[in-house]
Amino acid sequence: MDYLYFPGCTLYTKAKNFDQTARNCSLLLGFELKELPNWTCCGATFPLSTDNLMALLPPSRILGKARERGATLTTLCAICFNVIKRTNRLIQGDEEKRDKINNFIEMNYQGDLRILHYLEILKEEIGFSQLREKVKKPLVGIKAAAYYGCMLIRPYEEMEFDDKEKPTLFEDFLEALGAKPIDFPFKIECCGSFQSVGSPEVATECAYQILGSAIKHGAEVVVSTCPMCTFNIDHKQSDIKQKYLDFKTIPVLYFTQLLGIAMGFDYQTLGFEQNFVDPIPLLKEKGLL
Amino acid sequence: MSENRQTEVGNSYNGFIKKAMVIGGGIAGISASIDLGNAGYDVVLVERLPSIGGRMLQLSETFPTLDCAQCTLTPKTVETGQHPRIKLLTFSEVDEVEGKAGDFTVKVRRKAAYVDWEKCTGCGLCQEKCPSKNPFEFDRGMGLGKAIYTLSPQAVPNKPVINPSNCRYFLEKKCRVCEKICPTHAIDYEQQDRFVEEKVGAIITAVGFDLIPKESFGEYGYGEIPDVIDGLAFERLNSASGPTTGEIRRPSDGKIPKEVVFIQCTGSRDPERYMPYCSRVCCMYTAKHARLYKHKVHDGQVYIFYMDIRSTGKGYEEFIQQGMEEEGILYLRGRVSRIFRDGGKIVVWGVDTLTGKKVEVYAEMVVLATAIIPQKDTKDLAKKLGITTDEYGFLTEVERKLRPVETDVEGIYIAGCAQGPKDIADAVAHANAAASKVQGLFARH
Repeated sequence: MDYLYFPGCTLYTKAKNFDQTARNCSLLLGFELKELPNWTCCGATFPLSTDNLMALLPPSRILGKARERGATLTTLCAICFNVIKRTNRLIQGDEEKRDKINNFIEMNYQGDLRILHYLEILKEEIGFSQLREKVKKPLVGIKAAAYYGCMLIRPYEEMEFDDKEKPTLFEDFLEALGAKPIDFPFKIECCGSFQSVGSPEVATECAYQILGSAIKHGAEVVVSTCPMCTFNIDHKQSDIKQKYLDFKTIPVLYFTQLLGIAMGFDYQTLGFEQNFVDPIPLLKEKGLL
Repeated sequence: MSENRQTEVGNSYNGFIKKAMVIGGGIAGISASIDLGNAGYDVVLVERLPSIGGRMLQLSETFPTLDCAQCTLTPKTVETGQHPRIKLLTFSEVDEVEGKAGDFTVKVRRKAAYVDWEKCTGCGLCQEKCPSKNPFEFDRGMGLGKAIYTLSPQAVPNKPVINPSNCRYFLEKKCRVCEKICPTHAIDYEQQDRFVEEKVGAIITAVGFDLIPKESFGEYGYGEIPDVIDGLAFERLNSASGPTTGEIRRPSDGKIPKEVVFIQCTGSRDPERYMPYCSRVCCMYTAKHARLYKHKVHDGQVYIFYMDIRSTGKGYEEFIQQGMEEEGILYLRGRVSRIFRDGGKIVVWGVDTLTGKKVEVYAEMVVLATAIIPQKDTKDLAKKLGITTDEYGFLTEVERKLRPVETDVEGIYIAGCAQGPKDIADAVAHANAAASKVQGLFARH
């Protein structure tokens, strides 16, 4: 089974490790990510004003092009997923805006693509019980904190991903890999998002709260689905250390990197050099390397 | 009391039956029944629960006078029970309604109590000896109740019922303690629901309200945090007849909470997610809760998150002001976005919109003023009666302002919170109005 795949800009740069591990793992799991040709930026944020159709054009073009090639489109980055899924829903439900957008981009897209996040493929198409059977190296003993951030689940009426206050899909995934998911109250809190540009201290504080809470609840690794979150909570750890001297860093990995370990890939293919905190000592300690 | 009393002559004229049925034995139904009884008309009062009193019986004190709810209500319930013209059908539900004004035939299901109330003297021995203890719904699941129970020691009628889903005999075919102990042999495990027919000329529907379940609020922990309770639960905690005999002790560990957060408008005035309307009583009862708490826990701190203070009744605004000025209650104008447990603490995240600051409180107990909603089967009852409900399920009156107790069907009236959120004073006034409408109808024939 192949899935049409929209990587998004970050997965070609800062989050190459996310992209590569996802592609490699999919082959072992029996599906291939077929990259959408000539893709562009997703728009990066779903417009907050109701009449800002211009901001909807980039995701609409992506959707239109994807529909010419298939019926399902998959993404990895939580922000791309959010923008694309919400735009798709809007085109589906709002005839007037659909016509305006189609006129402008000279396409005729009706909003009938199915937008799937990679985690949803694992859950709904492969099945977590099947995934469990395919795991070669169960992550036994790893206490992993599933960090959802906001973009996967909110607004929940549009994302229809999981419960908005108490999601469990990500934890179920970690459990299928053999890890021990840790529940912590900050798993659905904002990472600080673009505050890291304008008010970096705000984003640092967010990251400190999230990681601090995960560590307090026993996490040994924090798992992310979003390059933005990862930038804020992983790479901000140097700033946190400067402000909070007793802060101990913690590895932050993409869920596909953990999946890669569990599927038995050589750790050198997992792109750990792009992670701020090296997870190798932890993996060695757990006997996974 | 007077269940088998013969119908007196003279309550029917030219086939128009001058006898009323009141559905619902809360303060509205009781008030309407007493009015009609005192006016000389026979009344059949149908109540779903084993005894009358309704929601008011669950309350501790009432605003704005802070007098004890049971002390003011019990004389009314007793009067109802002993009234020569009021026939009580408790533990009963309306099954079918036929006919028209002056000639309704109502089929009432008398639910199996598994106790022969004719024989029962109300001695209470069975409840004392019953070995099955379960979370007691009347106490919002906090205290323990027996499988054979009355709702309160002053229950009217003071006759117990058995809840088969908690009773060891029904579950395991063992026990039969109540049967052995009962001095009048009133226990009857074989009892079945039975039906009685009542002929009445008018019906007042006073079926009351429910609260939107705290389990609906994901942002407040889906009801999974034991010390996040609703307003009625706080009433029970504060009530001398409640699970803590009136001491404010939180459900999880029985500790006296020193930091208590109250959240008004939980599910009310929230058109996007819950109920768009104002539940009308929460501003006042939250202020009352806060003050009662302070009267009992002098060194406790109270935080009240509110949107607006709506205190439009007689003496209400003064009551709120007194709480703010004299009792040190901290009012924070803003909403709470999230409540979660972190270790042993309940973390409350909110905002004070007057200072524009985020507020974080480590609370020891949180009380949600959850929205008033209709009873879940109000719609079914409305269908049986041929009357209408609004988009939320409240019963609708003919005209919002000028005909507030009449329905589209002549002879059927509404009273109390079944029509929409009301405080006690308004519910009683509404019931008095419904009763006088019935008297007017009867007087015309």
